[in-house]
Amino acid sequence: MRLSVKSATLLTLLAFVVVAPLFFPSSFYYRVGALIFVNGLAVTGMVILTGWAGQISLGHAGFAGIGAYACALAPEHLGLHPALAVLLGAVISAVLAWLVGRPILRLKGYYLGVASLGFGILVSMVLNNERDLTRGPDGIDVADLGLRGLLKDAGLDLSNGQFWYFFCGFSLMLGAWFALNIFNSPTGRALRALHGSEIAARTVGIDVPRLKLQAFVISAVYASVAGSLLALQNKFITPDVAGFMHSVEMVTMAVLGGVSSVIGAIFGAAVLTLLPQVLTVFAEYEQLVLGLIMVLVMIFLREGVVPSFLRKFRGNEA
Amino acid sequence: MKKHLTTTALAALASMGLAQMAHADIKIGASISATGPAAFLGDPEAKTLEMLVEDINAKGGVNGEKIELVSYDDGGDPNKARTFATRLVEDDEVVAIIGGTTTGTTMSILDVAEDAEIPFISLAGAIDIIDPVKPYTFKTPHTDRMACQKIFEDMKKRGITKIGMISGTDGFGASMQAQCKKVVGDYGIEIVADETYDPKDADMTAQLTKIKGTEGVQAILNPGFGQGPSIVTRNYKQLAIDLPFYQSHGVASDGFIELAGADAAEGVRLPGNALLIPDLLADGDVQKPVVTAYKTEFEAKTGTPVGTFGGYAHDAFLIMTDAIKRAGSAEPKAIRDAIEATSGLAGATGVYTMTPENHLGLDLSAFRMLEIKGGKWTLVE
Repeated sequence: MRLSVKSATLLTLLAFVVVAPLFFPSSFYYRVGALIFVNGLAVTGMVILTGWAGQISLGHAGFAGIGAYACALAPEHLGLHPALAVLLGAVISAVLAWLVGRPILRLKGYYLGVASLGFGILVSMVLNNERDLTRGPDGIDVADLGLRGLLKDAGLDLSNGQFWYFFCGFSLMLGAWFALNIFNSPTGRALRALHGSEIAARTVGIDVPRLKLQAFVISAVYASVAGSLLALQNKFITPDVAGFMHSVEMVTMAVLGGVSSVIGAIFGAAVLTLLPQVLTVFAEYEQLVLGLIMVLVMIFLREGVVPSFLRKFRGNEA
Repeated sequence: MKKHLTTTALAALASMGLAQMAHADIKIGASISATGPAAFLGDPEAKTLEMLVEDINAKGGVNGEKIELVSYDDGGDPNKARTFATRLVEDDEVVAIIGGTTTGTTMSILDVAEDAEIPFISLAGAIDIIDPVKPYTFKTPHTDRMACQKIFEDMKKRGITKIGMISGTDGFGASMQAQCKKVVGDYGIEIVADETYDPKDADMTAQLTKIKGTEGVQAILNPGFGQGPSIVTRNYKQLAIDLPFYQSHGVASDGFIELAGADAAEGVRLPGNALLIPDLLADGDVQKPVVTAYKTEFEAKTGTPVGTFGGYAHDAFLIMTDAIKRAGSAEPKAIRDAIEATSGLAGATGVYTMTPENHLGLDLSAFRMLEIKGGKWTLVE
């Protein structure tokens, strides 16, 4: 019996989250794992937007910034529990994505990329310059989520690293599950149709602008939640999270691993998160190696690493 | 697919494991921004640490044990800094950490170090790092508040009561601007104009013109670092503003005079440290031998002029090794206690005396008011 893409993806993730810790030489690797999962979550949003709907955004770090700063500011100023702050961040991101996306998504190709880039830079500037609220470029402390304490009271005593590893791991699985459900739904089919040809999609009665907007809003929520998880995990956040380089990183991760496949994009996130750790001895060459990998992938594995290899293994059916 | 992904992941993890260093006697960790936007701070810091470790090991190490430095480049990214700090603590099992070139990276490392109860000496400026005092965190650079105080002290001596400020919006400029505003009242000085610029701006004449036109302004202060202050200094000259001009310790290096031009920088005053003027120090000055030795060796080894920021790393390493010597042990707790008991230790930045309430250990005398004359630093008496 062949597994569906959805079950195969979820099973792979589950196996990885559970089995990988058995091979960790030290608890530092929980931290790396947790970062991979957070990045994977943000990148899953990129799959929906870029891989399926065919839209490019260079400003998604802006949404990550909103999610992160919601967790920093809402508990302090509004007295919200950090968990609710994650929700608040997601709602703000969704509303902003909807407002910004309506005009932006009427643009095509490069113009869309540039407009979203502008949005990302705007968020980053606000976080840097509204010092009275965000404390500016030096960053701000983030409240503790408190869930680890609750688990401890319930008899499950995890170290900080372990807790965030499993928490982010399961968040990623939840995110992947949701994305894959969209993929198999009429919305997912319509998204892929408009990626193929907007005109053809319109002729068969698909409301193209509305669908693009939906994909944009959903991916913004992914980025926002990922930003929140990062902030809560680090207990400290700076405006770098909303920086342009972070946006580029998200796109790069997705494209490297395979932008049309959830597991591929997560693989890309894993590679790019691990790379700086593996290359510490040659830190100066990190960008060089990254560039080389990207060029090679774009030339030889144009769909991204994972989909290209899958196709090889399975023949043409994948 | 499952198999493929897992093997790849395992291969990646295995290679990371191999990268672990062999066991050494005393392991000190460092996470420094040797590349990225803060590279001009981090690069001399990383080079200084490398040089000092080599030196001390050539002389037989500390307490007969060699020092091994495990140094990572966090590129100025606080998230990366946190990851490297975790790696230093959990994987490399260091006994102490030096680093945190910027305030952002420092705050990330601080949390990890405090959790693991590992002594940590930061190289960043902000006062929040050591105020309130955290048990395991120390720092070597003077705070920006102290720089403001030193400047205002000098202004007061010159009878200046109304000033204009033009600050960078980067972390350094923003933090110093805020601190200066907090203490300015203590010196009977009033800020009558308060302008800012983006660190990437190429021209600040608009802001300076506005300050110049403000009634009653008697002097101008420019908190900022990087290229911004050089541009402000050039614009200052172009606009022929004839008021005393103060820069911050952020640009206390020969590079600033070069970038702004000796002509434009003429008469600029700033609070600097002994490192810039080893030849001008009095013979009995306790810092003289320290700064002379550091400057000579650093410049011979790297071919670049010594700067304030490398000096911060120099002092952090000095305090650390001094503490390990006095503790007679490389246990993190013992090192921490010894650092806190540091007394009268002359470094490149100043003379350090730590207490349980003061984890910086410098006072205003660590700053020397300097004035640029003919492209050279001179001491203001």
